[in-house]
Amino acid sequence: MSRRPHIHRRAFLAGIAASGGALTLSFDIPFGARAARALGSGVEITAWIVIEPDDTVIIRVAKSEMGQGGFTALPMLVAEELECDWSKVKAEFAPPHENRRRNRVWGNMSTGASRSIATSQNDLRRAGATAREMLIAAAAARWNVPGSECTAASSIITHVPSGRTVTFGGIAAAAAKVAPPAKVALKDPKDWNLIGTSQRRLDVADKVTGKPIYAIDVRLPEMLYATIVQCPVFKGTLKAVDDSALVQMKGIHRVVKHQDFVAVVADNWWRAKKAAEALLVTWDFGDGAGVSSGTIRASLHEGLGANDARAGRTDGDVDRALAQAAKRVEADYEVPFLAHATMEPQNCTAHVTADKVEVWAPTQDGETALAVAADAAGLPAGKVVVHKMMLGGGFGRRGIFQDFVRQAVLIAKEVGRPVKLVWTREEDTRHGFYRPVAAARMTAGLGADGTLSALKIRTSGQSIIAAVSPRVMRFGVDRNFLQGLLEDMPYDVPNYLVDFAMRNTHVPVGVWRSVNHSQNAFFKECFVDEMAHAAGADPYAFRRKLLDKKPQQLAVLDAAAKNAGWGSPTPAGVFRGIAIHDSQSSICAQVIEASIDHNGQARVHRVVSAIDAGHVVNPRTVEMQTESAIAYGLTAALYGEINIKDGRVAQSNFHDYRMLRLAEMPLVETVILQSGGFWGGVGETPVPPLAPALCNAIFAATGKRIRSLPLKNHDLRNA
Amino acid sequence: MARLTVNGESHEVDVDPDMPLLWVLRDTLGLVGTKFGCGVAQCGACTVHVDGKPVRSCSLPVSAVGTSAITTIEGLAPGGDALHPVQAAWLELGVPQCGYCQSGMIMAVAAFLKEKPAPSDADIDAAVTNICRCGTYQRIRAAIHAAAGLRVSGMKSP
Repeated sequence: MSRRPHIHRRAFLAGIAASGGALTLSFDIPFGARAARALGSGVEITAWIVIEPDDTVIIRVAKSEMGQGGFTALPMLVAEELECDWSKVKAEFAPPHENRRRNRVWGNMSTGASRSIATSQNDLRRAGATAREMLIAAAAARWNVPGSECTAASSIITHVPSGRTVTFGGIAAAAAKVAPPAKVALKDPKDWNLIGTSQRRLDVADKVTGKPIYAIDVRLPEMLYATIVQCPVFKGTLKAVDDSALVQMKGIHRVVKHQDFVAVVADNWWRAKKAAEALLVTWDFGDGAGVSSGTIRASLHEGLGANDARAGRTDGDVDRALAQAAKRVEADYEVPFLAHATMEPQNCTAHVTADKVEVWAPTQDGETALAVAADAAGLPAGKVVVHKMMLGGGFGRRGIFQDFVRQAVLIAKEVGRPVKLVWTREEDTRHGFYRPVAAARMTAGLGADGTLSALKIRTSGQSIIAAVSPRVMRFGVDRNFLQGLLEDMPYDVPNYLVDFAMRNTHVPVGVWRSVNHSQNAFFKECFVDEMAHAAGADPYAFRRKLLDKKPQQLAVLDAAAKNAGWGSPTPAGVFRGIAIHDSQSSICAQVIEASIDHNGQARVHRVVSAIDAGHVVNPRTVEMQTESAIAYGLTAALYGEINIKDGRVAQSNFHDYRMLRLAEMPLVETVILQSGGFWGGVGETPVPPLAPALCNAIFAATGKRIRSLPLKNHDLRNA
Repeated sequence: MARLTVNGESHEVDVDPDMPLLWVLRDTLGLVGTKFGCGVAQCGACTVHVDGKPVRSCSLPVSAVGTSAITTIEGLAPGGDALHPVQAAWLELGVPQCGYCQSGMIMAVAAFLKEKPAPSDADIDAAVTNICRCGTYQRIRAAIHAAAGLRVSGMKSP
């Protein structure tokens, strides 16, 4: 009996690839239809693993792929224990609706916080080992020999005494009927032969040939196209829509109105967009209309001196130590809102019928997409089918809030036909869930010998937790806002206090690659440089002393400094900066080499980035994610700011929300410390040290302290 | 009605004359490998070849295309399973991350290498202005040099 489930599968991916993209997709093709494809009839060994007769191994991936490489690294964890031929492995997404139906056999599908490998590795390695034991048991039974005399390697099972062999494909059907072993032993890490090796990503071939793998590429029979207009002032509501101009426009099917948006549905997207621009929409802007970046900044500055702050970590007696310090160092820092700016604008395709809703979404959490779609359609969760597609970038934009799924379902419900909703870039820039605004007042006390005796950090800014999950607040403080400054702040300071004065705004905030580490590392690591300068110490040596009791951090810091040649001569006009920060259970230190160009702007030439993430599955992914995180962090440091004017976002597109381009990309050298012993994150960890390391290099170059970002607002010539 | 030649095939399309080529390709012809990123010719995700020249198709009205030959990512390779040298270099060096910008990036680079078969880093800096939010630029630069090498040595793609 086959244990294969009836899974609604994205069969169109294979179908459309063969047709050059012009084929329209049929939806709701049952998993069994795969039998008709060239792949033949695969057998599900465990929920994670399907084996085809030709030895192709299909490994299911529960997490989303947004560029970070999980679609390759997660199957590697399975394949290591399965002992299959890696060159015959294919990956596919486990469908969220099947996860629900099968009691979450694939676990939590939320993809973020750089934790996919850390939270999945045990289950995935066990899944591989379990399937391997089932395959061996089936072969042993066929040969009537003890399983202990059989080994598995490279998709072949061998009976060692007799030399008989069978391939995984040849024994898979029998293996599927074997009861899974209750216990399996996992390999000792020293015996791994796939984990820890650089492997080509499984998604690259589709991505260099333009295959329709993204949600924005979906095409369905009878499909219509929509675009959306949302209230420019956050939290405003719709009053009236005058759509009389649309009467003369061709191909318009419907104007859909909801409390917080108006959408136009047409027979192609261009017509929908033109019509949306022709609408005369009246909004009730609400209370937010009076808010500007100036009023927000004033509120944050008030927070820096306010009495309502809640402490996150308290060691010793910081005020007493400050009063006794031989030298005090003080500085205020601040950072703006930032948008995610995924290259693929927000979009979702939905088809809603009386008893079913089906969505194709660029989602970082397929289970949340399912819940959002069910809620918007007014149907039970069991009536929802979610197709997870490759994401054209995520960075935290598409996980917790899936506004695009809700909107697509609401629109499709009114239309009765499949609808593809695609936002304009302008809507995308102006309706994000932004990295929060934040400010910090840093106060340090140094002894006569330059030793740090006290450090006080007052933060002020907007809480993500207050908007997302207020119950997570502990004793009234959003500890998430203090990421990197709590127990995860590694420096040895006898008297330490960090607290937070929450100052929320009407602007929606969310998780942006590295979340609150992104600003806290900037505050902390720039200020450590200020302390080093006040102490008359080298910034690297000063940090080494503070990390005297932290060998792991010290090793990472030393690796960055050594590989960068800290202390060695640099080319004329080039200066170095250094920073280190713990995040996502990993440690990253960076040394940056930068100069100031004739326009007074910083140019980054080289970044040496050292990371200790414990076990590393695919070193190539770590290098790529490091390069990516540095480009992301550098874009923000140089250019990134979302400003608020009259309650709305001032920026709109890439001309005024500038992205780093190729000519500005520094040479990145990634140093991986494969220390083992733990499973840390990678995708976000190299973001936080980038801005402070750069600003510290600018200080070395100019003597000017940068205490606010982005750098484009600073003229470094007159320093 | 407009007549377009796309990837060597002739198509008759009934579209508004001001409709950008991008949307004709994606919505009318179903060639969705060409991507929408910004709509204002900033990011280059929509880059296609018009008579061999790189063009940001989001800002080119279909009425301006005339009889020019259009090539998209779907038609870049010589045919069958073969890859264009730029695609082969991209695959070999594992350039893409999310991959969304890469169709446009590959089309821009393919046209650039026709003009400059052995570019310097400065040539690459000046010519490749497409945006990649994943920051694959370092690998793009290496892959451009690799593709130039493939071209020079006349190597066939894998």
